[in-house]
Amino acid sequence: MSGLIDLSASQAAAAIKRGEVDPGALFDLYRQRAATDSLNAYTWVAEQAPKAPPQPSLGGVPLAVKDLFCTEGVPSQSGSRILEGYRPPYTATVVERLAQAGAPLLGKTNQDEFAMGSSNENSAFGPVLNPWDRARVPGGSSGGSAAAVAAGLAPWAIGTDTGGSIRQPAALCGIVGLKPTYGAVSRYGMIAFASSLDQAGPLTRDVSDAALLLSHMVGERDPLDATSLDFPEPIAMPSRRTLAGIRLGVPSELTGEGIEPGVLGAFQATLELARQLGATVESCALPHAPHALAAYYVLAPAECSSNLARFDGVRYGYRAADPDDLLSMYERTRHDGFGVEVRRRVMLGTYVLSSGYYEAYYGRAQRVRTKIAADFAAAFERFDFVVMPTSPCVAFELGSKLADPYAMYLNDFLSVPASLAGIPALSIPNGLASPPGGGTPLPVGFQLAGPAFSESQMLDVAFALEQALGFDGRAVRS
Amino acid sequence: MIDRDTVLHVARLARLELTDGEVERMVGELGGVLEHIETIAQLDLDGVPPTTHVVEVANALREDEPRASLSRQQALAGAPAVADEGFAVPSPQA
Repeated sequence: MSGLIDLSASQAAAAIKRGEVDPGALFDLYRQRAATDSLNAYTWVAEQAPKAPPQPSLGGVPLAVKDLFCTEGVPSQSGSRILEGYRPPYTATVVERLAQAGAPLLGKTNQDEFAMGSSNENSAFGPVLNPWDRARVPGGSSGGSAAAVAAGLAPWAIGTDTGGSIRQPAALCGIVGLKPTYGAVSRYGMIAFASSLDQAGPLTRDVSDAALLLSHMVGERDPLDATSLDFPEPIAMPSRRTLAGIRLGVPSELTGEGIEPGVLGAFQATLELARQLGATVESCALPHAPHALAAYYVLAPAECSSNLARFDGVRYGYRAADPDDLLSMYERTRHDGFGVEVRRRVMLGTYVLSSGYYEAYYGRAQRVRTKIAADFAAAFERFDFVVMPTSPCVAFELGSKLADPYAMYLNDFLSVPASLAGIPALSIPNGLASPPGGGTPLPVGFQLAGPAFSESQMLDVAFALEQALGFDGRAVRS
Repeated sequence: MIDRDTVLHVARLARLELTDGEVERMVGELGGVLEHIETIAQLDLDGVPPTTHVVEVANALREDEPRASLSRQQALAGAPAVADEGFAVPSPQA
């Protein structure tokens, strides 16, 4: 049976269609692996294979789903104690669409609480371990989804990305992660963190799997999500072998200071490979990118403080026992129900939105956001894609960045610019690098960002790089 | 810039109880993060419009037609306390 695990999701779907693999057996194999998971990647695992709809396009290849997607009757806590016991009465549109297409729910994956974090250490369910080195974090916030895919505990997974929460854990676990254009995937049924930034996307073993999964996540706009958009054309399956005619821009602001030497070394080597494949590689400017992190840590907490106001102990989840009155019920429920990082962001967001500070922080941050989007638009007049490392570091040790919140936020400085601009960005593994001070080499991620709705072309370019890089994304890490 | 009184005021706005130790820690942590955030104060942003939506989109309106929603029973199913077919909460002035 071990041969089945080595199949990529696309290969498994094709094998099912040819009648070589039984989808029920495939589901059971992954179900057993997920149920005995020792990475703490899962928060819930299906008890049995669902009855498969006849001839679905994805064949019945099971899907791991980040905890924050609502799934009817199945625990959906967004990694938080405050949603203890919550079983939603409905299912998120994207989970429903994927199940209809033949990717049934295998399990729910661990995550940073309400998707706030870059290490998956902020979960009410405890941290997820990186399958490459169990003393290290898998990245976050979609750390459970990334670890599950890397360790062969799921054929593929979906997560969400607000400031890098798909791309960064994908990079730290050596897999592919794609954040689509804002609005491309319905947010209906996603427990919201920062609504103007949150976007669902695939985490997969290779680029072809990402394209196949994404092709069933986008399409017609969802009438239940007013910000969702019709995707202009179907996602094309990647096939490109050269990069002739492709122009890659390398922003000096995001490819120098603050990045580990091993990560930069891998990045430079991949640029050289891109040149050999025929791409033109030139430097470009994103002058406001150095301010993206500051703007992000105003806007995301502001939206978080507003979105998380709904968790008050009244309608669902946890309520503090024996409150004095209504106000103390709210205040104690929110204190006990939210973890340390979520409280910090609720406080930060409430502060920047409070009377007297709104324009200085929130107003200015929204103007910086306009400038960042304009920087990308200018770059895309000369370049097809802008490229940079995904994460400034390889997977770091559990607990090593918990003392200083800003040190943790710095993990996001290469991923938040594309988030603020609402443009698609993906991370592919581009080799291994030792952490500073030495040690076992760990995966590094290479990031491409492109214009809105350029996902098919971006996946095509990533495919050519993936083939040339030869990174074995299908190997099961444990 | 951020002192104990500010933290207590903001915590009240956010309906968030904090212990004395947590208030102290929050003073330091919020101050530290805001120090980094304040770099955006140096930028010249005169005449730059704030972003309202990242992808150009016209009003996304739908027909105002009634449609099914959750039943009362479904809506109450996850509530910590229920009374008289509604959400039960403590009195505002116990």
